[in-house]
Amino acid sequence: MQTEKHIAIVGIGATEFSKNSRRSEMQLACEAALAALQDAGIQGAQVDGMATLSMDNNWEIDVHRQIGGQQLNFFARTQYGGGGSIGPFAHACSAIQTGQCETVVIFRGMNERSGLRFGGGQIMNMNALNPDMIHFSHYFPCGFMTPAGWIALAARRYMHEYGATSEDFGRIAVSFRDFASTNPKAFFYERPITLAHHQASRVIADPLRLFDCCQESDGAVAFVLTSAARARDLDTEPVWIASVAQRALPTSRQVTPFYGDSITHFSEFDAMADELYRCADISPADIDLACLYDHFTSAVLPQLESFGFCARGEAKDFVKDGHISRGGKLPVNTHGGQIGEAYIHGLNGMAEAVRQLRGSSVNQLPGADHALVTAGPGVPTGAAILRRAAA
Amino acid sequence: MGDNNSLYLEGKQVVAPPTMLQMWTFRDVHGKYAPGSTDQDTYEVLTRFNEFGFSGSVAVSYDQTYHNYLAEGDLVHSYSTISEISDLKSTRLGEGCFVTELAEYYDANDVLFGEACITYFKYRIPEKKPGKVSKIEPPKRISPVENHDSKHFWQGLRDGKLLIQQCQQCGTLRHPPQPMCEACQSLRWSTIESTGKGSIYSYTVMHYPEIPPFDYPNAIVLVDLDEGVRLVSQLRGSEPENIAIGQRVQAWIEPVQENLSLPIFEVIKA
Repeated sequence: MQTEKHIAIVGIGATEFSKNSRRSEMQLACEAALAALQDAGIQGAQVDGMATLSMDNNWEIDVHRQIGGQQLNFFARTQYGGGGSIGPFAHACSAIQTGQCETVVIFRGMNERSGLRFGGGQIMNMNALNPDMIHFSHYFPCGFMTPAGWIALAARRYMHEYGATSEDFGRIAVSFRDFASTNPKAFFYERPITLAHHQASRVIADPLRLFDCCQESDGAVAFVLTSAARARDLDTEPVWIASVAQRALPTSRQVTPFYGDSITHFSEFDAMADELYRCADISPADIDLACLYDHFTSAVLPQLESFGFCARGEAKDFVKDGHISRGGKLPVNTHGGQIGEAYIHGLNGMAEAVRQLRGSSVNQLPGADHALVTAGPGVPTGAAILRRAAA
Repeated sequence: MGDNNSLYLEGKQVVAPPTMLQMWTFRDVHGKYAPGSTDQDTYEVLTRFNEFGFSGSVAVSYDQTYHNYLAEGDLVHSYSTISEISDLKSTRLGEGCFVTELAEYYDANDVLFGEACITYFKYRIPEKKPGKVSKIEPPKRISPVENHDSKHFWQGLRDGKLLIQQCQQCGTLRHPPQPMCEACQSLRWSTIESTGKGSIYSYTVMHYPEIPPFDYPNAIVLVDLDEGVRLVSQLRGSEPENIAIGQRVQAWIEPVQENLSLPIFEVIKA
């Protein structure tokens, strides 16, 4: 989808990130949404669209009413867990471009640590008619019950085919924790780790260790998107959505994509990368930073390859050479990622991309013009390229 | 108390909220009732019930009526009357009687300002029958959904067979089960029985969290069955460090709990 100069992100907001927010998910969502509106300089009464992930427990009408919304002309949710973290942006762009609405708030508020923990091995909805329950019936009865385990099958096969090692995964964790260590908003602020720490951390789902896993977090992140016409009237410098896409394929499954010819890469990303660059009219070399969905370190390597930053099987060397780290040619997750900052279903990565293109990140890169942001791998997913206003 | 009605907070003549009536019949720290109140033990009748073996007590209802507000400085006293004792009744708690007490609350001028009607059920606690002791069920594996699309698979396992769906129109095999062939869109399907032989395509060993009733570490394999479909299940009998992609495996179909059998893999010689 070509959206250049049409749809802008004009506001970002967030709560603090913690292990226990001590308030409801609804309050978190409202706080973040209001902060995003204040950042944009837009009144709640002007918000006529809302979008979120299907896993969010807050109804959009309730958030909309509380932030002062008067009429909702567009509302949409995206399925498949963290794979749905880019979908709301795609939906908002479509809705604004087709004139269904003009200003959309995207939010995600979750007590994922103090409430229901996704890594705990429970099924969210055990109703026999629920598609999750039907789907996971082929995995839960044998004790194959956590995201770490599901992703581990792809990680193990990737190691087998391309010679990657646990140390290669560990270097990603070390890099993200380094960025987090200088980000006061990050849970792991001032707490970097070494490769030795990573190697000493306990095994969760072989080959994934504790420090390969993202955090479990409480918090909320929100955005305000609007048309070019309204964006021009605001004091805030807009960040443009240069291109955005969602993808699912016949091999796509709800977190268990085990049945395709290859399981090392996330085929949805392979199937969208070219179009994403073409619509933004740039190439991988033009990307200044990437916020890649890092539920697990192992999922970062194939993303670097699918989006053309290095050849198949060479991501481990790309990482080893320091290219994704501080001072590298493609810094990845400069906020610390979901491993270092917080796990807010990928939306905190989108917020960091916006900050980098505004020039307001705590780990600011000089002259960042383009950022790639991805949604969760291993499920039907999405990605977007953002562009700095002056670029 | 969280009630900020100005009636209770502002003005010259503030009044007490009409609530907590029962507090007025409580004894003070010296065990004395409010002056002017009845000094008989209101609950004597309940004690008598205990003596006859009706030792169980449960409050059934508590209705309050307020006729006037109380203001600061009012002195109150109360009287209590047992107004009704029912015939012997049989309930799920046991046999017993409903006892109703009427409490009346008066101000210093002997004007009735409130009434409370309290009903208790005094009953004989049934003896526990031996063998009826409730047991805590050990945790079980989550049972799969068996619907129109998948019942054949789970029933097959209960019958000791690993069944793979096959399209009757184009012959394509498929797993996990689904109603329509994604190659030719036919809804007609049958099954073939797998030999249970295959090769490990990928694997993981689950260490944490330890979820009952599973034993840890719990090795999970993604197997390329020789028939040409993939299947996820548990691997038994291998040390985690000895598991490798490409190893030949054989599934043994075993009951793991009531109504659930699974194909459990073991490594075999190539």
